[in-house]
Amino acid sequence: MTLEIVGISVLWFFLFGYVIVASIDFGAGFFNAYSLFRGKQHILTGIIQRYLSPVWEVTNVFLVFFFVGIVGFFPKTAYYYGTILLVPASIGVVLLAIRGAYYAFTTYGGLKHKRYTYLYGLTGLFIPASLSIVLTISEGGFVEETASGIELDYWALFTSPLTWSIVVLSLTAVLYISAVFLTWYANKAQDEPATELLRKYALIWSVPAIITATGIIVELRGHNPEHYSRLVDLWWMFAISFILFVGTVYLIGKRKAYGVAFGLLTGQFFIAFFAYGISHYPYLLYPFLSIYDGFTNEAMAIALIIAFIAGLGLLLPSLYLLLRLFLFNKDYVQGKRNDHA
Amino acid sequence: MGNEESVFFSRVLTELTLSFHIIYATIGVGIPLMIMIAQWLGIKKQDEHYILLARRWTRGFVITVAVGVVTGTAIGLQLSLLWPNFMELAGNVIALPLFMETFAFFFEAIFLGIYLYTWDRFENQKKHLLLLIPVAVGASFSAVFITIVNAFMNAPQGFDLVNGQLVNINPVLAMFNPAMPTKVAHVLATAYMTSAFVLASIGAFRLLKGSDHIYHKKALFLTMKIGLIFSIAAAVIGDFSGKYLAEYQPEKLAAAEWHFETSEGAPLMLYGVLDDGEVKYALEIPYALSILAHSDPNAEVIGLNEFPEDEIPPLYIHYLFDGMVTIGMWMMALSLVYVVGVWMKWSFIRTKWYRWLIVFGGPLSMLAIELGWWFAEVGRQPWILRGIMKVEDAATTSGQVDLMLLLFAGLYLILAIGSTVVLTRMFRKNTVEQELADRELEKEGEFR
Repeated sequence: MTLEIVGISVLWFFLFGYVIVASIDFGAGFFNAYSLFRGKQHILTGIIQRYLSPVWEVTNVFLVFFFVGIVGFFPKTAYYYGTILLVPASIGVVLLAIRGAYYAFTTYGGLKHKRYTYLYGLTGLFIPASLSIVLTISEGGFVEETASGIELDYWALFTSPLTWSIVVLSLTAVLYISAVFLTWYANKAQDEPATELLRKYALIWSVPAIITATGIIVELRGHNPEHYSRLVDLWWMFAISFILFVGTVYLIGKRKAYGVAFGLLTGQFFIAFFAYGISHYPYLLYPFLSIYDGFTNEAMAIALIIAFIAGLGLLLPSLYLLLRLFLFNKDYVQGKRNDHA
Repeated sequence: MGNEESVFFSRVLTELTLSFHIIYATIGVGIPLMIMIAQWLGIKKQDEHYILLARRWTRGFVITVAVGVVTGTAIGLQLSLLWPNFMELAGNVIALPLFMETFAFFFEAIFLGIYLYTWDRFENQKKHLLLLIPVAVGASFSAVFITIVNAFMNAPQGFDLVNGQLVNINPVLAMFNPAMPTKVAHVLATAYMTSAFVLASIGAFRLLKGSDHIYHKKALFLTMKIGLIFSIAAAVIGDFSGKYLAEYQPEKLAAAEWHFETSEGAPLMLYGVLDDGEVKYALEIPYALSILAHSDPNAEVIGLNEFPEDEIPPLYIHYLFDGMVTIGMWMMALSLVYVVGVWMKWSFIRTKWYRWLIVFGGPLSMLAIELGWWFAEVGRQPWILRGIMKVEDAATTSGQVDLMLLLFAGLYLILAIGSTVVLTRMFRKNTVEQELADRELEKEGEFR
């Protein structure tokens, strides 16, 4: 395995982590707002608050880790993506900032108003939509190299069906992942009504999630044939992913083993995410930038990998402690204790 | 939008983001240490007041840390969005501390979540205090790593530039550059100092507003002591920074001191105005610049005449420097008199006017932080990477920077209003007296 592959695998792994934890967070915000809108807030708010409160900040770090890491391992991405993404990434950051700050203001600061719940819910949809545009851009066809530098063709981007398919996929995936996780969490809390409601959401969103995901593959056929043919070569990965999907839906449908169901869902997305990533190889940005011509020097790569391993040694036990104290702590999950400062 | 405009707006946006972020970042680095000291004192002295102090500071801290995190995310991305050419070059050499910073931050975030939600969970209070250590360590190390990146911009090393290509890259050597020791130490000391004075300012304000509770007096005395210690440390490190500048960035020191001609036994100019290249109305301290630069009253200090016109930073940094130093000295004196006053039982330190001085000390210290960073950044001009890359060559070519400036200005306004409103409401609604009474009842089992 070359250093380039190690680097991109590490980053892709963390991006996957972000996709899962952020989806849970974004979806939870949306379901919370929706239940407020429908006057059913009493069913969901407790569960969602208990899950989100101790972990919201951690979610954000996954994202920071990814973009700092990619500039470290692939400094040329700073030039290409930095120049192109000024507007979309700025919008994403502003939304993330408002969402994160107002979450803290309402949860810890006692700022209570319906409009913040709606704000939190809606930003949870806009953020994945705006971040997912990066994936679309990476497929190529929207960037032009001119004499003065590189430019993003906004018109082509926003009229492309691929863009909108990926946006819709990001939304359905967010809601599906979140609903499955929260079903499990509510069930652990022995909160019957919340479990039922979230189980219903999970089943409702499973179908659009799988349809839009399949739709992307079809879209790519016309947009980026090279990528498409590499995707098709990996058909077996997508097949496994689909089987895991069926397993999740089956378990949720049968009201059985919600924990296993969430495990299968993680597996489904993990395999599909990596199949997509592997087929994207070697390009970071079609056709301008590959992981080979964008890579940092060897000394830096080795230093980063050492730092990464040392960092993981510190992080994994800490994350485990966090999960044990909150996610897997019966009293906490069931709302019997809070112990907030 | 021409490229000159892109450069201009990129500079304005970066300056705005950093100026806003540094307020929350400074508090974020300093407050965990204060909480730790208070909680430790509370456990050691078995004093509920210090425990409650730690608890209330923690609640406020969470709000500021949230704004610090989101604005930190903004500046992290803006580095690549606004300065893509710089990051492409610098990423090859200085990516390591940036990467390590995310780990420090990760570590802090995890344990902050745990610490926040485990008050009262442990029988043994000390266990809970242990959970705070990673928060404080993570916060301080975030500052260390980021400051290392800034130090590298001032004194780049750890690579060779051959025909425009980077060779012989040594990431560790790049981290331990000559600017690093003084810069890191100065940033940490001033963060602790400023946080202490901000908390002191809140305590003094409460005492002025009619609450005569011993809680506030304890808080005030504790924070003034901590502030005094770190303001002395900041001044000592500041002196070392002067020696660093004289050695490695003489143009920055010369511009800050309006030292135009290389000379021996150079005097230090305080304040004053520039009139046609002549310094007027300045307070001149003989030999002081030579002492600051080389610890020797007769030493030679390099003047601006040694540098080409277009490589000299703007001369207004003199005021930024003087402002920072003046505030630092003032706060040291203010806290020294207060601490000695408490020991000697001087009565004037309990008067209204003295407490008002302490109240203003918090915002003043924060102003000194801002002045210090403006001095550090403007004083490096025209370079983004000293001697290697100029700011004008580093900026994005994108034409939409002006719009993004408006967007982010709006964001910071919303965050500033939001955090101020929330913090004032939080502590006004739930006063110390109220909370102490509630906790008493809770202990007796009548309240839950």
